[in-house]
Amino acid sequence: MSNFKLQDCHKKQIKDICDSFNNEPGELINVLHKTQGVFGYLPEDVQREVAQNLNIPVAKVYGVVTFYSFFTMKPKGEHAISLCLGTACYVRGAELVLDEFKKQLGIEVGQVTPDGKFSLDCLRCVGACGLAPVVLIGDKVYGRLDPSKVKEILANY
Amino acid sequence: MAQIKMHLLVCGGTGCRASESKRLVDELNAQLKANNLDEEVKVIITGCFGFCEKGPIVKVIPDNTFYTKVKPEDAEEIVEEHVLKGRKVTRLLYENPETKEHVSDSKHMGFYQKQVRIALRNCGFIDPENIEEYIVRDGYAALGKVLSMTPAEAIDIVKKSGLRGRGGAGFPTGLKWEIASKNKADQKYVVCNADEGDPGAFMDRSILEGDPNSIVEAMAICGYCIGATKGLIYIRAEYPLAIKRLQVAIGQAREFGLLGPKILGSDFDFDIELRYGAGAFVCGEETALIHSMEGKRGEPTIKPPFPAEAGYLGKPSNVNNVETFANIPAIFLKGWEWFSSIGTEKSKGTKVFALAGKINNVGLIEVPMGTTLREVIFEIGGGIKGGKKFKAVQTGGPSGGCLTEQHLDTPIDYDNLVAAGSMMGSGGMIVMDEDDCMVSVAKFYLDFIVEESCGKCAPCRIGNKRMHETLEKICQGKGTMEDLDYLDNLSKVIKDTALCGLGQTSPNPVLSTMQYFRDEYLAHVVDKKCPAGRCKALRSYVINADKCMGCTLCAKNCPTSAITGDKKVPHVIDQSKCIKCGTCYEKCKFGAIEIR
Repeated sequence: MSNFKLQDCHKKQIKDICDSFNNEPGELINVLHKTQGVFGYLPEDVQREVAQNLNIPVAKVYGVVTFYSFFTMKPKGEHAISLCLGTACYVRGAELVLDEFKKQLGIEVGQVTPDGKFSLDCLRCVGACGLAPVVLIGDKVYGRLDPSKVKEILANY
Repeated sequence: MAQIKMHLLVCGGTGCRASESKRLVDELNAQLKANNLDEEVKVIITGCFGFCEKGPIVKVIPDNTFYTKVKPEDAEEIVEEHVLKGRKVTRLLYENPETKEHVSDSKHMGFYQKQVRIALRNCGFIDPENIEEYIVRDGYAALGKVLSMTPAEAIDIVKKSGLRGRGGAGFPTGLKWEIASKNKADQKYVVCNADEGDPGAFMDRSILEGDPNSIVEAMAICGYCIGATKGLIYIRAEYPLAIKRLQVAIGQAREFGLLGPKILGSDFDFDIELRYGAGAFVCGEETALIHSMEGKRGEPTIKPPFPAEAGYLGKPSNVNNVETFANIPAIFLKGWEWFSSIGTEKSKGTKVFALAGKINNVGLIEVPMGTTLREVIFEIGGGIKGGKKFKAVQTGGPSGGCLTEQHLDTPIDYDNLVAAGSMMGSGGMIVMDEDDCMVSVAKFYLDFIVEESCGKCAPCRIGNKRMHETLEKICQGKGTMEDLDYLDNLSKVIKDTALCGLGQTSPNPVLSTMQYFRDEYLAHVVDKKCPAGRCKALRSYVINADKCMGCTLCAKNCPTSAITGDKKVPHVIDQSKCIKCGTCYEKCKFGAIEIR
């Protein structure tokens, strides 16, 4: 499990978020969106705290967190790399680009580099299919990729 | 105040923004200011023009000049040449790929000629963050018209127009509204499904980014018709720009009294809230979507009860897709007779497609129902990239199927696509060429389904996993003839027994590829070959003796010492030792290593 230690100030932050949605269990997904926005991810302790505030079982929170791909229980790297594996990118060779990212970073999909600088994930379609294949690093989109460009892009960070 | 003489429309869609259209806008503004033109010439950020392949796009009004692939560095030349001296910057104009002539007006470009824009009518023409621009183009006039009718009269118009749901299944929209209107309840809801989860599809996002007001207006119309006072838009959290523009549109509509209590002086109250998805493909299914809006796991439930009877919070709810709503104001403004005159007998109006893959003109297009795939791919799409041979087109996303050469002249409509083993789906259209392996494509879609299956029903959760494993086995060259029968059989079982639309349609990519590309499956299973050379395990690396210089680089780098040969003599790969890692292929400086 994660090394995350829940501090009192974190509890306050979570409580404020839950209060802003009137502690309404129906707002769970919105609460989790905001909470992940603050912490970057949703470790177990954070989920317990959310459950307590909304007065619902932790299992329910955990069920929702693990159901949706947008929520993550693992921290991301400083620069989160998300490679699009939508169909348009796939047929234009996204897999080869992914292999190159794995090779350059020495990590698998879903992992973070040991220095915490990069994390590698895949997503399905950012809607920039005209630029396929594309990768998102943070909010920046890099398009028309091929494996030979990967090293150059990573050198920017 | 100085009169505005010229507008520069810059595409602000996601694709063009990724190509720095924001910096281009800043640069254009700076150049205009430097030339003291900033009061006469206005730069407007619009929604998607559709021609994403050539983005970022700048359109000059009033002369309709259409500049493509404009970089921030080009701003100076556009301002100095075009704006100041009235001379077009030829090098930025679109070049007709056949005649090599420059075309300055989008009306004369093959990409636009066959298109009819109803749902996309305002995309690329107006500033989506300014409601007044929408109103100038007859925005909210349809709502005004509807408020002077009875709900039954308005529903009748939607019914007569023949509009069918654009989310994929094609259920008649008017009928859906009528059912929702007849159910009595103290509270009803209008829900807009903007959870576009199809990989390779960006129709809804482009409409929301380019013309959010049309969705707000249409939802209000729907609310009046079915007797709902609340609207909810369920939108993917991955679409931050669309979310922002919707928020702006809703806020401005409230200010203008077009949302809120007593709209346009009538007794009708209506307001809209946003609900965010969190990345689950199954939430495009309406019952799953409703559960997700309630803060639960997005698992579908058996219908009936339909959402029109018991939907959000157990109240009657009418769920329509973004593109369906985008058609509504146009139907009321121009009449159902006009709308139903477009399209085929059973599919009226137009359909927006996201054209992508191995095609020259990637982009967003809108064509009348009944247009053929050939027109879409070769006339609008400009044919296959790199002069390669067309192999297949995948429609309907992970629930659809692959269509081949023999279907190119089939008129596109709901029923024809289903008859051909695919479906309309939300409108993703991915073109594939001779280099694509259809077994891998089927595996790709199943990989998606396995990941996105909600796990509630066994046929989808377990069945698709087994299908995926079998396809993996075939791609590894370990498949048998029994595996093909097994796939066929399992597909039919999943189709018949899965709980929701996602599961029932999930075997379509496998079934359609097995039907139309059986020889390719046989090549994998019997000959242990991948004709397209995509499946790694089935490749063989061979040295072309004519090109090999005997430099020994490949032999030095081969991790299994599978390559032998003397200096300056062509080398040979021992296939029994080769692990197909591709190192030799990467290292060879003479292109002597071939993949077969």
